[in-house]
Amino acid sequence: MDQPAFVPHAVLLSLILFSIGTLGVFLRRNVITVLMCIELMLNGVNLAFVAFSRSWGTLDGQVLVFFVMVVAAAEASVGLAIVIALHRHKDTLDLDAFDLMKG
Amino acid sequence: MDAILFYAFAAIAVLAAVVVIAQRNPIYSAFALVVTLCSLAVIFGLLGSPFIAALQVIVYAGAIMVLFLFVLMLLNVRREEEHPEARGGRTLAGIGLALVTLLVLQAGSVLVRSERSPSLEFDASTTRMAEVLFSPHFLYAFEATSILILAALVGAVVLAKKEL
Amino acid sequence: MTPSPMVAELSIAVVNILLVIGALLGLFSLMTWVERRTLAFMQYRLGPNRVGPMGILQPVADGIKLFFKEEVMPAAADKWAFLAAPVVAVSTALLTTAVIPYGPPFSLPGWALLPEWLRGRSVQIQIADIQVGLLWIFAITALGVYGVVLAGWAANSKYSLLGGLRSSAQMFSYELALTLSWIGLIMAAGSFRINDIVAHQAGWFWHWNAFAQLPAFLVYSLAATAEVARIPFDLPEGESELVAGFHTEYSSMRFALIQMAEYINMITVSVLAANLFLGGWHPGVPGVPETLRGFPLGFVWWGLKVGFVLFVFIWLRGTLPRFRYDQLMHFGWKVLIPVAAVWVMVFAAWTALRGV
Repeated sequence: MDQPAFVPHAVLLSLILFSIGTLGVFLRRNVITVLMCIELMLNGVNLAFVAFSRSWGTLDGQVLVFFVMVVAAAEASVGLAIVIALHRHKDTLDLDAFDLMKG
Repeated sequence: MDAILFYAFAAIAVLAAVVVIAQRNPIYSAFALVVTLCSLAVIFGLLGSPFIAALQVIVYAGAIMVLFLFVLMLLNVRREEEHPEARGGRTLAGIGLALVTLLVLQAGSVLVRSERSPSLEFDASTTRMAEVLFSPHFLYAFEATSILILAALVGAVVLAKKEL
Repeated sequence: MTPSPMVAELSIAVVNILLVIGALLGLFSLMTWVERRTLAFMQYRLGPNRVGPMGILQPVADGIKLFFKEEVMPAAADKWAFLAAPVVAVSTALLTTAVIPYGPPFSLPGWALLPEWLRGRSVQIQIADIQVGLLWIFAITALGVYGVVLAGWAANSKYSLLGGLRSSAQMFSYELALTLSWIGLIMAAGSFRINDIVAHQAGWFWHWNAFAQLPAFLVYSLAATAEVARIPFDLPEGESELVAGFHTEYSSMRFALIQMAEYINMITVSVLAANLFLGGWHPGVPGVPETLRGFPLGFVWWGLKVGFVLFVFIWLRGTLPRFRYDQLMHFGWKVLIPVAAVWVMVFAAWTALRGV
């Protein structure tokens, strides 16, 4: 069946979400919020994959989305475990407080 | 009809994403992110991929975000972040925002004018997805992700333990 | 005047929605009464018997009481989360019911009262018959955790938070075993649609998935009991532990909404058990007539099965003590999930070897 008219708009939406996520990574100081903005970026990429998969008519894009989700799950769990360990160490979640390697 | 739904849920997704980065309380950010993920799932469904839509809700909104919320609640991140004057950072962010807006508008104008490829038969049912996923092209990657998840599982448990 | 197909479908869907949600809400009140009377009978006492004949109006009295109770919100509670939690709980509970068939497909009778386009039309009490029905239920069950998490956290009280975290951890632990138990059924029927899985169980009663896939049925019944937090898995909200768990600080209508979400979850899980494992609306003995003077008999068989499963839930509540929390988590992760996974592998290997 013919692809719907909004497929290019879906790619545009993915670009918007990705940029919002990047802005969040730069602007926010709470570690967990930064991790959430990274998830937002990954979702933007997922949307682009699905939109292009629909546009090309193949399923490779969707299989890649599957793998991206798996990797995101693994990364989120390990990242949050590291955050818990950091919090235990310094009792704060502010990114600026973790500057041992500075200078 | 599909187009109306798409634009509605796209607007919701963008609004919720802005709430994610703008909200001071991280728990509200997390719930806004859940809203974004669910609207993206609807958009995946509208783009003809029911399996990926269901997977998005099950894995992302149903598991990863629950994990985020658990960590937020266990670490009691109720208080909102303090905000010392980061004037330099603000201007930089403002410039970044302007550049990003220009990029998005430029890309948008190119994309919307692009030609659509000729109509192709698109069948993204679960059976078809399974055929592609277990085909020799992707099979090794699929098995490798299971090892990846095992490694992440062990790593997360070890990292979060109080004493080994 | 025949309406266009889209309007016809839409109107049938609206009637379905009204029927299903009305029936669920009505059944919820009836279930509270049934549960209290049955528990009382098992405990050798009378249940509610003051309000109306045999106490049948007790749910009405409860509703009136809850309606007039004062709605207390703790001062340090997070206002929006506190208000949103019961809404999320009820919404996810009702969303799951959207893809489940509540009886066999039947043809409307040719009465003169019905409009022309409805007479003889085949309908089913199911709001949406999507291709990925079981995946939808899986997804919405995954979202159901949020109601509990939000309720536990929003009240800003230790009992609520601990109860909420425990309850949600229990929910998503047993969710894995629950959905793993469905995979065998999906493989056998070859489809995610619940109607296909019910159709696969036609014939003699040993074709029912409860017998054909006994390990999956056992895993499902235990995981479903834990998923809806019924005894013996109801530690997070047991009355003698942790005050009242995640809904400690809720009163009046919000508490009623959370209770409603819980009962609707229980009813959904029972209907799923009847549809997926006990043969749905098939009588289990071939040759039984489909209709009796125009009334589809499938409803009777289906109703009996759902009633039986609900009775078993109440029976368990009246009989068993509850698990300790670490026993609960141990059972979910170290017993149920391996059993379910091994059954999936065994059944998959057998299906592949059989060449189907």
